[in-house]
Amino acid sequence: MRISMDLELQDTPGQLMHVLTPVSDLGGNVLSVVHHHDKKTFRNTVPVSVIFDIEEHMLEELQKGLEKSGVTIVRIGKMRLRARTHILLIGHIIHTDLMQTIDEIDSTGFAEVQDLSLSMPAIDDPSSAVVTIMATGKEELKKSVEILKDIAERKDMLVIVPIDESGISGGLSNAG
Amino acid sequence: MQDSTSLFKLSIIGFGAVGQGVAKVVQNMPQLKVVAIADSKGVALMPDLEDVLALKRAGQPIANSDLTALDVIRIVDHDVVVEVTPTNIDDGEPGLTHFREALKNKRNVVTSNKGPLVAAFGELTQLACTQGVGLRYEATVGGAMPIINLIRDTLAGARVLGIRGVLNGTCNYILTRMAEEALDYDQVLSEAQDMGIAEADPTYDVTGIDTACKVVILANAFFDRNATFKDVNLTGIERITQDALQLARQRGFVVKLIGDVQELTVSPKLIPLGHPLNVNGTLNAASILTDTAGEITVAGKGAGSIETASAILSDVLSLMRGRD
Repeated sequence: MRISMDLELQDTPGQLMHVLTPVSDLGGNVLSVVHHHDKKTFRNTVPVSVIFDIEEHMLEELQKGLEKSGVTIVRIGKMRLRARTHILLIGHIIHTDLMQTIDEIDSTGFAEVQDLSLSMPAIDDPSSAVVTIMATGKEELKKSVEILKDIAERKDMLVIVPIDESGISGGLSNAG
Repeated sequence: MQDSTSLFKLSIIGFGAVGQGVAKVVQNMPQLKVVAIADSKGVALMPDLEDVLALKRAGQPIANSDLTALDVIRIVDHDVVVEVTPTNIDDGEPGLTHFREALKNKRNVVTSNKGPLVAAFGELTQLACTQGVGLRYEATVGGAMPIINLIRDTLAGARVLGIRGVLNGTCNYILTRMAEEALDYDQVLSEAQDMGIAEADPTYDVTGIDTACKVVILANAFFDRNATFKDVNLTGIERITQDALQLARQRGFVVKLIGDVQELTVSPKLIPLGHPLNVNGTLNAASILTDTAGEITVAGKGAGSIETASAILSDVLSLMRGRD
């Protein structure tokens, strides 16, 4: 999960290490650090904005660690649902309980159905839908697509997913 | 020029659309000589190509001897067996026997027939290797679109990491027409059958079997997979609705049947409109991902008698150059 944190650090050298080291120790990956030297507070601290990726369950431990080393946390923002994909479904989408299909994605906590356009030609004919799924990250998006594929198999729907644009599917590491 | 030694001699085994295409193209190539043509009814020895093509067009038998196709392969002196009998996905026959006999008799094999390669790729390439002859099959994948020789020769300095593509012109035609004209699957399939783009029994194309065969051939040729048809995870295009294609279009996608060689899958995929694999009509396209050359995409006519013959002739001429 991507986190944005607004912090206040003492204006003495080495303070930033109190932030970056615990993030890194907990498996996080720092993406951006901005010092707002020009906005020094009346407490003589410097506001700092940090953006990093970290597993959600590590966040509490990180918070404790930061507070213990004297870092003031002003705000924590969880930047949710950064990854998006469109998926085509063909089959008896309504009659196989559309709500349940959506709920199963939404209940993951890391992905949700954000948009759904449906076309129902006739009562006995298969319907078609394009579903937009958003997730907290690329891995989570992949997981939610797998969940949708499983649902579709149970409900005898055809799923059409986008071609992997990051390169040829299957990854480069196991290429023969 | 000493004709008898410098000529490269071929037999054409199978005289359907592709075999006739080969005969037509060979007419303009003085360095090649067709010594025998076999169709399902018999064998024409030392045929006059114009005459046999005319006989075939008129629905007349072409045979002028009592020989069988296997006799030709075994006893008639020639360099290359052009094996272009129809693909049989079940056991590869009769092509498989033709391949084996040709290789055992130290004749090169050039083919558009996927069946034997899908059934016994490892055995056949091994046999060709031990016999010191060539087994070439550019025409089995993508018709006129170069892919196998492109990878093997032109991209020889790069390692291939993945290949995927639109490898069946019939499916691509159906999906393109459905999307562009907002027509139903059944309507477009009938139209394709009328135009000769789809077979009377379209199963082989629309269920993805044909694409899967090509995936197997590429996987075996470039990834040492020793895969067979059963290893491919297969989803066809029969269930795709034109509504689905319209919905996809509104989001900036088309749907194509994609064969993925690395994954051994064949399935319809959403392709962004600007993607290089978004080719229309009966065209084929393939993207090759390499370590040093990045991604390379080729497109071309995936079927047709003369187009497929062009791929066969490229293999024949490359074998001929190897001999000289």
